[in-house]
Amino acid sequence: MTVEKIMSDSESYDDFPARLRVLAVDDNPICLKLLETLLRKCQYHVTTTSQARMALKMLRENKDRFDLVISDVHMPDMDGFKLLELVGLEMDLPVIMLSANGDPKLVMKGITHGACDYLVKPVRIEELRNIWQHVIRKKRTEPKNQNGSADQGNDNQSSGEGNGSQADRNGKCNRKRKDEEDFSEDNENENEDPAASKKPRVVWSIQLHRKFVVAVNQLGIEKAVPKRILDLMNVEGLTRENVASHLQKYRLYLKRISSVASQQANMVAALGVKDSHFMRTAPFEGLGDFRTLSGQGRFASAALSHYTTGGMFGRLNTPNVNLRNLSPSTLIQPDHGQNITNSISSLGKVHPALASTNQSQSLFQGIPSSLELDQLQQSKCGTGMTSFNAIDNSRLRSRFSDPGAAINSSSNIFNSSTNMMLHGSYQQTMSGGGFGNQSSQNMASLNLDTFNVGVNSSSSLLDSGTIQSSTTQPASLLSTEPFHSQPPMRTTGNSGFSNDPYLQKNPIDISSSTMSLPLEDSREMQYQQGLVGDVQNISHIPSQRWGEQGQSYGHGSTATFGSLNAHVPVSGVVSPLSHSLDQDSGIVNEKMGVFMNGRFAGGASTLMLQNGNEKLASESRAMANDSFLLEQQKIQTVFAPRSYDPLDAMMNAMIKREQDETIANYDFGFDDYSFESGM
Amino acid sequence: MEGNQLPCQASYMRNALFNQGYLDDQFLQLEDLQDEANPHFVEEVVKLFYSDSARLIRNIELTLENTPSDFEKLDNIMHQYKGSSSSIGAKKVKKECTQFQEYCEVENIDGCLRTFQEVKQEHASLKRKLENYFQLVREAR
Repeated sequence: MTVEKIMSDSESYDDFPARLRVLAVDDNPICLKLLETLLRKCQYHVTTTSQARMALKMLRENKDRFDLVISDVHMPDMDGFKLLELVGLEMDLPVIMLSANGDPKLVMKGITHGACDYLVKPVRIEELRNIWQHVIRKKRTEPKNQNGSADQGNDNQSSGEGNGSQADRNGKCNRKRKDEEDFSEDNENENEDPAASKKPRVVWSIQLHRKFVVAVNQLGIEKAVPKRILDLMNVEGLTRENVASHLQKYRLYLKRISSVASQQANMVAALGVKDSHFMRTAPFEGLGDFRTLSGQGRFASAALSHYTTGGMFGRLNTPNVNLRNLSPSTLIQPDHGQNITNSISSLGKVHPALASTNQSQSLFQGIPSSLELDQLQQSKCGTGMTSFNAIDNSRLRSRFSDPGAAINSSSNIFNSSTNMMLHGSYQQTMSGGGFGNQSSQNMASLNLDTFNVGVNSSSSLLDSGTIQSSTTQPASLLSTEPFHSQPPMRTTGNSGFSNDPYLQKNPIDISSSTMSLPLEDSREMQYQQGLVGDVQNISHIPSQRWGEQGQSYGHGSTATFGSLNAHVPVSGVVSPLSHSLDQDSGIVNEKMGVFMNGRFAGGASTLMLQNGNEKLASESRAMANDSFLLEQQKIQTVFAPRSYDPLDAMMNAMIKREQDETIANYDFGFDDYSFESGM
Repeated sequence: MEGNQLPCQASYMRNALFNQGYLDDQFLQLEDLQDEANPHFVEEVVKLFYSDSARLIRNIELTLENTPSDFEKLDNIMHQYKGSSSSIGAKKVKKECTQFQEYCEVENIDGCLRTFQEVKQEHASLKRKLENYFQLVREAR
């Protein structure tokens, strides 16, 4: 039930905590029975199961069936933390951990994986009486939207999608399904979903983010104030607070990008893989199923191939864009699968121009899920559009040390990725990017768009900058960052933006970079903006750093390629989309920030190289596609390669090569999966 | 028996269990959960505990026999058992479980073996007492 629903029902408000629908999971029958009885005593509606897999199945069957999950840590069929991540990413529900072991380290682990609370057995009834607060809190988090405005209209669709909440994860997933149309409507952000229990959140879709970035650029980053941005954007339903928080994230992203510039890791454009989507698409269960992502990852691979041209990058080196290893692979998990490829391509395209927006804005371009971005020096560009796509946010998070990496939340992420990279200027480039537009043009195009959105993603994506290649398993990635998009995945500072949730870390070769995209961390995804998502892979990005897998955030042009994920083994250090790009507000190119570090495996790098600044758009598309936009929007943005530079062509070529590789990485950033697979 | 005696006997025994440290506050929680909707809750849970824990104890025994150096496994099983026993408030049993886990941590097989004997003893002893207790309670009903 949504908060609104609950609260709005004045009569029932008093017993609000009652009727809370809880799913209890514990393999110990005594504990389970006890827990069930305790919860019933609190007047909650309880469903129990002793198997984690069964629990997941139930949750997936109907996302709206439960408000809260309580799970034991120690379970034979699946680790409690893993379940936690999955739930967080896919469904974005609050999860409470339970264990007989009260060791602070374990408690910490729970928190970093995104648990709302950690209870030690034996549990007392008093403790359970308060758990409903987690539900409310979650609903309220993120976009300040909570607003009771139950926008049923929009949300109906989104409800499935995970109301914009958290890290888009859910939303993204849903969104993806719903496709862009829904998304666009929803985008108005307020995804409130009265029906869904998810919290209404503003979902920063790529388009929205793009508008945001445009507005910011018009006003000038220094002078951009929420009120004015809001006015310029002229989006109904958007509040000043939404903009303010998004702006904050964006600023962080930019900062991160710039700092990333010096580092390599940036890149990883948080593959905006919105995990949720990915999750869905990919059998999340296996997290490791990223491979399946490959399907989606196709994109990635495609994108990656572009990126791979790492070598290209060297050449491409468009002054601005330094695509660092954009490991496109990771991100690209766009829901649409396709997107990723696009994103990747877009990543490639991400013109370096993007990078410059702020210069430091290293837009992480396509932060590959694994955010290999480390390299992204420039991360600024955020081009690393990490296609977060599936990036498990959770995963990504952890991995993603890079800021960009975490690009989780699909919605955000994307934005971030794109934004990041393109830092606003893109707006156009994105689409053009012609990045390898691989398959999913959607992605790419989307990415570009999203890039604009960059704002959101930037924060997250950029994590890529730091995406450390730590090949951490994607799963852990997320865990590190409690999904919340907020915690920039460790991304080292990449793009100040959001943790590149999606930085999928490309497994060292970007290809595998698992999408560290924090995608989803559903909870975390809050990042919404914060791409951070769980950029799990952040660690990956081994050399490639490429924006993690090219997560190419397809954010609109600016976003850089977010999708660079994974593959983009951007070998050449792609300088983060050379931020040098003039700050033009519209110039995407500059911002390319594709961080693709060298590796840009795939398109990602190309994106950057676009140098054409405008190119970024395309790149970002590619990249971003995956991650961000994909999620919901059907990143259909076909990337119309705008200024398809010769570089792009190269990139594409590269990306194609990388394709195979990238796809592997594509993993949504789920643990290792992507990376290793190297698809 | 005289109606008024049984209850006394049952409550006497119950008090003894608490005083002697066999049971802790968690048991009270179980009792609190018992109501009209769940009239035999405590007994049900305890029964469940004994049937489930028999299996766990058996597993530990087998592991100690076959692969005594697999401390991780021992610790895992014991973790389960400890979780159950703490859920019903079995204080002494829980204490022994903790001790056992500590030995596992330092990989002291002798310590584990010794402590395990204690665990089994406490397990059996509490089981008897609770069985008696519930018997008294039933008779008093």
